[in-house]
Amino acid sequence: MELLYFGDKGWGDELLFATLMTIAVSITAMIIGFIFAALITPLKLSNNKILNTIGNAYTTVIRGVPELLVIYLFFFGGSGAIMFVASIFGYNDYIEINAFLTGSFSIGIISGAYSTEVFRGALQSIDKGQFEAAKVLGFNKYIYFFKIILPQMLRLAIPNLSNVWQITLKDTSLISVTGLVEIMRQSYIAAGSTRDPLFFYCFAAILYLMLTYISMKIINRLEIKYSRGY
Amino acid sequence: MDFDLMFTSFPKLLGATVVTLKLLSASLFFGLIIGFLFAILRLNKNIFINKFAYGYSYLFRGTPLLVQIFIIYFGLGQIEYLRSSFLWVILKEPYWCAIIAFTLNTGAYTSEILRSAFQTIKPEIIEAGKSLGISNKIIFYKIQIPIAIRQSLPAYGNEIILMMKGTSLASTVTLMDLTGVAKYIISTTFKPIEVFIVAGGIYLFMTFIIHNFIKYLEKKYSFSQ
Repeated sequence: MELLYFGDKGWGDELLFATLMTIAVSITAMIIGFIFAALITPLKLSNNKILNTIGNAYTTVIRGVPELLVIYLFFFGGSGAIMFVASIFGYNDYIEINAFLTGSFSIGIISGAYSTEVFRGALQSIDKGQFEAAKVLGFNKYIYFFKIILPQMLRLAIPNLSNVWQITLKDTSLISVTGLVEIMRQSYIAAGSTRDPLFFYCFAAILYLMLTYISMKIINRLEIKYSRGY
Repeated sequence: MDFDLMFTSFPKLLGATVVTLKLLSASLFFGLIIGFLFAILRLNKNIFINKFAYGYSYLFRGTPLLVQIFIIYFGLGQIEYLRSSFLWVILKEPYWCAIIAFTLNTGAYTSEILRSAFQTIKPEIIEAGKSLGISNKIIFYKIQIPIAIRQSLPAYGNEIILMMKGTSLASTVTLMDLTGVAKYIISTTFKPIEVFIVAGGIYLFMTFIIHNFIKYLEKKYSFSQ
């Protein structure tokens, strides 16, 4: 247990910060994923063939390729791409992008593909009459989307989004390969310097279990809130 | 775009695909056995057996696969007793450690898929079998299992694809699978996009084959409703 003391003696405070980092990356990735989903879902539902293909290509490629490969693409390709853009504007020095941004962005793109599928499914299972009724009653676009369609969509989407959240949370462990100090990376460092990998990896597993357990409890509350009246 | 690199790296990546496929098939085979076993334990009425099986699936579904591989590969070697036992022959090999981790992981998901398939079988079907005087054993083997397998096909197809993506983590324990070789080529040539297109293409091709194979099975074994 001494290994978990706070301060110089143990790894308690380091692991606590690492846990906070995991939570921060997961939330950022989830939000980036929502932004992607908000952009791609209309494409997937559109009648235009080209837009439709773009939307389908995004979800198919990301869901069919290992997360680790996507992370490597952004880890090795990210700064190259940014430097290329910067060189157009006449900036030729080496640019290193923050590991947090690369990590959240790559996990965000992955989680976005899953969220897109969830939103598409939820939108498609809303009764058609709801869309028609809202239009016939002459509501403006804001009320139409935010007060009528979105609440119904969320009720159907939240149970599946909770799965997406669990996947995202677990995927953040893969960012440790890029050197961002989250739970997995911190355990790797601690295991290396104390020569006690069994303890630290098991402790990492407990931390992840705690995170998934707590988030499940929170999501269950949301589920109840959004299924009022059903 | 460096097409030469794409051409030269393709055979290397294809060679590494064999490792990925070996890992995948071995872990799916053992995972199916474990999943089946634990699904039956979950349906047991004894609360301890039930809780034990639930604990197993909760533990492996609630933690990242990476942690599980690291515990088995780096962690278990620390136990002196294991190092001196015959198990060490297996546990010192990263290849077998990866297979053990993948097996336990996919076993947990498979057990959940099969359990829910068993539970969605209508009780009328079992009652009908009983009232016809068929023994419990035959009801289980000839009625419940075929229906459960059919029910769980779509979900199991997803699990196969998830597991295929999961095998990429073998590269973190020094195995040169498809992702491992791809990472090696990327880090020596610094051309991530070209390598990603080739390696990603191979993965997508495998996903495509698995997806269509499962669809074919679903059609073949669909109920005439």
